[in-house]
Amino acid sequence: MSRSILISSVLHFILIIITAISLPFLAKKPIDLPPIVSVELIQITDKTNIPFAPKAKKTIEKIKEKEKKLVSEQAPPKKVKKIKPDSIPMPDDNVKKVKKIEEDKQNPEKIDNEVKQVSEFEKKELFDPNNIAALIDKSKVESSDSIKKTNKVSQDQDKNIENSGLSLSEEDALKAQIFGCWSIPLGLPYNENLLVRIKLELKPDGSIISSEILDHARMNKPGQGFYKVLAESALRAIKLCQPLRVPSTGYERWKDLQLNFDAREMLEG
Amino acid sequence: MIKKIFLLILIFFPFNSHGLIKVDITRGNLDPLPLAVSPLAIDEESKKQFEKILSKKDIGSEISIIVESNLKTSGLFNPLDKEAFLQKPDIANLKPRFEDWKLIKAQALITGKVNFVDEKLRVEFRLWDILAGREMMALAFTTVPTNWRRVGHIISDKVYERLTGEKGYFDTRIIYVAEEGPKTQRVKKLAIMDQDGFNNKFLTLGNELVLTPRFNKTSQMVTYLSYFRNLPRVYLLDIETGTQEVVGDFPGMTFAPRFSPDGKKIIMSFAKDGNSDIYTMDLENRVVDRITNHPSIDTSPSYSPDGKYISFNSDRSGYQQIYVMESNGKNVKRISFGRGLYGTPVWSPRGDLIAFTKLHKGKFYIGVMRTDGSGERLLTENFYQEAPSWSPNGRVLIFYRETKTDDKGEGFTAKLWSIDLTGYNERQVKTPTDASDPSWSSLLSN
Repeated sequence: MSRSILISSVLHFILIIITAISLPFLAKKPIDLPPIVSVELIQITDKTNIPFAPKAKKTIEKIKEKEKKLVSEQAPPKKVKKIKPDSIPMPDDNVKKVKKIEEDKQNPEKIDNEVKQVSEFEKKELFDPNNIAALIDKSKVESSDSIKKTNKVSQDQDKNIENSGLSLSEEDALKAQIFGCWSIPLGLPYNENLLVRIKLELKPDGSIISSEILDHARMNKPGQGFYKVLAESALRAIKLCQPLRVPSTGYERWKDLQLNFDAREMLEG
Repeated sequence: MIKKIFLLILIFFPFNSHGLIKVDITRGNLDPLPLAVSPLAIDEESKKQFEKILSKKDIGSEISIIVESNLKTSGLFNPLDKEAFLQKPDIANLKPRFEDWKLIKAQALITGKVNFVDEKLRVEFRLWDILAGREMMALAFTTVPTNWRRVGHIISDKVYERLTGEKGYFDTRIIYVAEEGPKTQRVKKLAIMDQDGFNNKFLTLGNELVLTPRFNKTSQMVTYLSYFRNLPRVYLLDIETGTQEVVGDFPGMTFAPRFSPDGKKIIMSFAKDGNSDIYTMDLENRVVDRITNHPSIDTSPSYSPDGKYISFNSDRSGYQQIYVMESNGKNVKRISFGRGLYGTPVWSPRGDLIAFTKLHKGKFYIGVMRTDGSGERLLTENFYQEAPSWSPNGRVLIFYRETKTDDKGEGFTAKLWSIDLTGYNERQVKTPTDASDPSWSSLLSN
């Protein structure tokens, strides 16, 4: 009796462990995506370089020269160290980056490039509320750094994109391209289901190897003549647009793509 | 035992698989579709025969011009310049070189040929999808040579339907009141023409005042109002045979007779004992039924396409507004609540919208609203315009517009105009004289 209970409990235990390992919702916590903060980068010098009156010009140039001296004298390397890891989290070695920025300190163009690179990254991935708190409260700097060490940006999160689909910017680029190519047939009945799903097989350059309408059977159903018109318009859009604007990397991720064309929103509006 | 555990592990092991990436496309452009209408190919012998009969040098080219013009006026297509075509019509009709047509940015191509067969005109045409590189449709028509314009309209309808998903409206006619003379002494005749303004014919001589002609949607029959010895009379006119019959003399002011959707009744308003109400008349037994009974002025009745409801305008709220009721006169509901006066409601053949005329701050508008009064959209504004009538597919409205007279009482004109539901594609419909009160027929080829 006790033996069978033991075997049963051992087997149950194994089963629980297997379940815990295998079921992803138990193993992984759901990714809590912070809100996306959009940042517009403006060259401040373009906005502020207003020509001065000739008399004032000389005095301003003098002040500028003084300021230049002050800046070169006062620029302490420590400050850069503090700003760098919070604003430019790169997957590479931290020390190398510190050196780079120190080198570029006097070259505003290069620093601009660095900042732009940040904005072009996935903002949702880089945005870390703890870091902002750390900027305000220096006591949190260490903790945020330690989190960063464990949460290395690039590789883990790239995998995440692979699983979830295209990044927002990649998806937007593709959508914007197809919007321009799709001439919506205006005579469709907008109170019907106007969704056409097309599965595509793509080449690495974005051109189409094959396209398949997933609800093909609906095209020949009685009373669904409008669906054929809609599906054909969607196929025309894809052919007109090709090669599609797909990411330059990660071909395996998007070589099979499904486009869901829905005309209802446009026709109802 | 170990095997079983291994099997269990295999079953529950999380395999890393790629999900299919899905992208939702919810927007597109509403630009006109670029298409090429190649002139229809014709052999020399047929060309000579048609030149004798129709006095047209190249009937194939003439038909393609009709198709091109129809598709262009719809506002949904952009026919490309023929000068840019790289392939000759006779070869294109056999097998288009899709690359050549892609080069000039055409997305669709119409080709065809014309033959003189047994004293008749035989036209075949094909519609090609340039981007997909395949034929979408191929049809042939045989008719008497004098029907060549209609063939052009029918081809336009077929292409329109295949590319937009709704029926066309090109093989149709418009009946209207042709007007001539100074404003105070207008001579008004009944006239009919193709929807593109060609083949204009006068149906009455102008001895009597004619008003509000309306097509029967099920046949080529027209009802209109005429004053005979200063008394309003409702007439029925068969366009095909030219026969005319008096439906009845009605007392007082009579307005706008209109057919029911099945064509068996006429609905109108007339004043009895000084009060205008809505009545129907059965065309078989001439029995008149009273539909509304209200001390206010009820006019301009129009049936819904299923015949279950009637829209009309009434001043029962103090101002002229649009109302909807069941066809037996019950459940009257006001549907227009905007500022201004609303009149001449006309139910769309699709059944989803009601077109109307609105007067607000001295300006006239043609607009549409849903049948419950929501979603009011004003399509066009002018000094004076009214009487909208729907195209048979419910996409375009035709109406008439008058201009102001100057200090000398001159400069007055009345012209027909059309506008589509987008409100952007507004065009004047050319008529030989001034024109008012248009009514659009249903498709002739149905």
